[in-house]
Amino acid sequence: MSQDQDAYQAAWEAAVDGAPMREVPFETMSGVPIDAVYGDGPFPGQYPYTRGLFPAGYRSRLWTMRMFAGFGTAEDTNLRFKDILRNGGTGLSTAFDMPTLMGRDSDSSWSLGEVGRAGVAVDTLADMEDLYADIDLSRVSTSMTINGPAAIVLAMYVAVAELGGVPRAQLAGTIQNDILKEYQAQKEYIYPPRPSMRIVTDMIDFTNTEMPRWHPVSISGYHIREAGSNAAQELAFTLANGFAYVEAAIAEGQDVNEFGRRLSFFFNSHSDFFEEIGKFRAARRIWARWMKERFGATDERAMMCRFHTQTAGVSLTAQQPENNIGRVAIQALAGVLGGTQSLHTDSFDEALALPTEKAARIALRTQQIVAHETGAALVADPLGGSNYVEWMTDEMERRAEAVFAHLEDLGNGSILEGVYAGIDNGYFVGEIADSAYRFEREVNAGRRIIVGVNEFTDGNEEGQANLLRIDSETEEYQRKRLETVKHDRDSAAVARTLGAVTAAAEDPSVNLMPPIIDAVESYATLEEIVMAMEQVFGTYVEQAIV
Amino acid sequence: MPEEHKIRVVLAKLGLDGHDRGIKVVARILRDAGIEVIYLGLRQTTESIVSAAEQEDADAIGLSMHNAGHLVLAPAMMAALDDADLDIPLIIGGIVPDVDVPVLQAAGVAAILGPGAPADEVVAAVRNAVAAAAT
Amino acid sequence: MSVRSLPPDELVDAARSGNRRAIGRLLTLVERGGAVADAITDLTHPLIGGAHVVGITGAPGAGKSTLTGQLTRILPEMGLTPAVLAVDPSSPLSGGAILGDRVRMDGVAGEEVFIRSVATRGHAGGLALSVPGAVRVFDAVGFDPVIIETVGVGQVEVDVVGAADTAVVVVNPGWGDAVQANKAGLLEVADVFVINKADRPGANDTRRDLELMLDLSHMSGQEDESGYRPPIIMTTATDGSGVSNVWDAVQAHRAHLDATGKLAERRAARLRYEVANRVDAALGARITAALDGYDLDPDRSPAAHAENVVGLITLS
Repeated sequence: MSQDQDAYQAAWEAAVDGAPMREVPFETMSGVPIDAVYGDGPFPGQYPYTRGLFPAGYRSRLWTMRMFAGFGTAEDTNLRFKDILRNGGTGLSTAFDMPTLMGRDSDSSWSLGEVGRAGVAVDTLADMEDLYADIDLSRVSTSMTINGPAAIVLAMYVAVAELGGVPRAQLAGTIQNDILKEYQAQKEYIYPPRPSMRIVTDMIDFTNTEMPRWHPVSISGYHIREAGSNAAQELAFTLANGFAYVEAAIAEGQDVNEFGRRLSFFFNSHSDFFEEIGKFRAARRIWARWMKERFGATDERAMMCRFHTQTAGVSLTAQQPENNIGRVAIQALAGVLGGTQSLHTDSFDEALALPTEKAARIALRTQQIVAHETGAALVADPLGGSNYVEWMTDEMERRAEAVFAHLEDLGNGSILEGVYAGIDNGYFVGEIADSAYRFEREVNAGRRIIVGVNEFTDGNEEGQANLLRIDSETEEYQRKRLETVKHDRDSAAVARTLGAVTAAAEDPSVNLMPPIIDAVESYATLEEIVMAMEQVFGTYVEQAIV
Repeated sequence: MPEEHKIRVVLAKLGLDGHDRGIKVVARILRDAGIEVIYLGLRQTTESIVSAAEQEDADAIGLSMHNAGHLVLAPAMMAALDDADLDIPLIIGGIVPDVDVPVLQAAGVAAILGPGAPADEVVAAVRNAVAAAAT
Repeated sequence: MSVRSLPPDELVDAARSGNRRAIGRLLTLVERGGAVADAITDLTHPLIGGAHVVGITGAPGAGKSTLTGQLTRILPEMGLTPAVLAVDPSSPLSGGAILGDRVRMDGVAGEEVFIRSVATRGHAGGLALSVPGAVRVFDAVGFDPVIIETVGVGQVEVDVVGAADTAVVVVNPGWGDAVQANKAGLLEVADVFVINKADRPGANDTRRDLELMLDLSHMSGQEDESGYRPPIIMTTATDGSGVSNVWDAVQAHRAHLDATGKLAERRAARLRYEVANRVDAALGARITAALDGYDLDPDRSPAAHAENVVGLITLS
């Protein structure tokens, strides 16, 4: 063994000695005792973290089984939250409805038919008060999946907590707030990219100084993949977006070691098992090297690519939906073998509607089977050293680096400018649409088999059963609720605070968060605050087609 | 031999739903079948779709829906077409559960294409809807 | 009875009374060509009122559609009723097309503007025949100005814009954009230059490149003998800045045409171009028909064959 390997080994042993361990037998089903890791260094927990962030992997702590939920009114979701907390959960994951995600109120004509349908409707602080009523926000971690109006929703969360006597510094959680991928994939943007980026850097700055337990951006490849990209594009575009945020924050004078520790990622886990594992391993290695070498991070925590994984919603078939349980299990295992920090498993019936309770339980059980029955959580990076997996990891990295080089070229040396240029000239949407169409043609030509779709279709004739339906009463209720809040509030205060938001938007040297907090506290609506900024920032319409 | 008349189809996303993977794939499938697609993109209203269909003299309108809003939005689109006195066939693609198919058909939707509909089915649905409307 | 199935004369009447469905239908029929299209051309030609025809062209992604959309927003405020013909290429393989200009005009175009998307439909003559017919329909119905927007990459696309009353060429900042436009033959047809995305670095360099090229054409005697020099307008079409200057420049060019009598010259040239294309298409069909029934003896010279076929066409 070389000197390097000796040094890796010694450092790893020292790290493992100090690491916590779960109280389970570290042996196979046959009783064969097994080590925490096999093969060569750098080991898990060692730069560049290809083999994982923590020296003993899931021996110390299993991944977080985070399930994304929420629909109907804030009160409905509040009941579910309390249920989660009673059952020992500590993480609340909030899904918002489409109007909220787009910065529209429930009484907007745009919202027709969509209020409360795919998540909870939030119009004003009053809804946020209902959403988190009787929950001690100093003791939970909240994940909020929202991007365009993220600053407003975060402001509402701060306001609710402080109304309940919990100072903002004690709040823990994550807000997705990854606006760049909206232009590339998810399309839930409001303003053009540059002013949107200013909102993001204002939020990073605000949480840096006032909310040290908060993760201000979760850089998300999930939606890029769902929109049709392949694995290498998901990896490359997501990390490029990450580099763009880092560049932007550094340009604002922020400390890469400080905000770098609080960036996190969100990836998709699809069905091509080894490619996915290679992608996850490559993500950690690339991020660590760029943060250290390109952006000058010195704190190891600022080099670590922490990520949440969700199984691929787009892989779920409406045909023979029970087959999806098998797909989800394989995708979940890929996420675990790739070393994810948390995991959401899709429900088998989600190709057609929101999951039923039973389907959601099966999805959670699938994770538990991977965790407790397969032995996959007993060894860190069990596939490390496999010729194929190491090659695939390198190949994913090579493909991602080629994309970074292209973006740097577009941006004259700046990834941030390259990402803006790629949004503007249709590079991202074009690449994604090309991949989606290529996949479609392969399926159509029978070159790629999707079980139940273009092969093995016996059983497709069975009818669909038991879909969760959301009635339209929610919409009516929510409109009335908004009407009442608007009637009861101090309209002079609303006008004054909205004016202050507009004024702050006009002055790039002012942080937008404090005036937005003032506005939500006056019960200005989400859409009113969105519009107060839109006067200055304008709107965005995607220019590139196909 | 006279050239067969080109079919012109308006494709759009109605409302806030931003899932455009499917509609972009469909646009290419139709293009590659020799059809002219007038692509309106995201965040369209029933008014903007009616207006485009008139100006473009569309032979069919295709809307993609992935947000479970089809029971509200598809009838709203049909009503807008009726108000404008436009007898253009409406095709809905995306996530429509089987139980909703008869509801949409009763509302006057000409064809419904579910998830995973193969390319030839997409093209046939458009051609058939256009042919049926012409008779 | 549906508007769509009205005969041409009733369609023209309905269109002139403001029925948008009828206008849309007339455009379809004109685009399809043949006897019905000719009938519509016969019906609409006496009705034209001399709408100002503006061509806008430039490289893909230059921002032509956004600029066009912004123009259609400000023109109605001046009491004008613009119509737009937005031309995109057809797929050479399938003959289908994805026409996306409405997306790019979305959110910027005026609500009342009439926009029609047109595919090039492969065969080079198609566009040259269908665009004048569509412009004539718009004019006869009362639209003014009529804006034709094309991607300046094919000869026909450039010719169609060059045949307008006023041709606007859009370029972007960046090294070589002006050079590329020159190579594509765009500079020769330009009556107005627009440097769009002028908030980007390099806008002034591009202006200098264009000025230099205009100086060169002046020295080589290519410039209009009346001394008209195409102005260069800086715009940021996404937020609308500079767009009214573009229209001012178009107006100034129109004033120049009126003052020098060149408008009539241009329109005569346009008519000649259209007639030439029609004759070309008609002869092409007759050539095909003649060849279809002609015995091509491989032992005879092609020159002799050609002479025979010409004789057949002339006789027929």
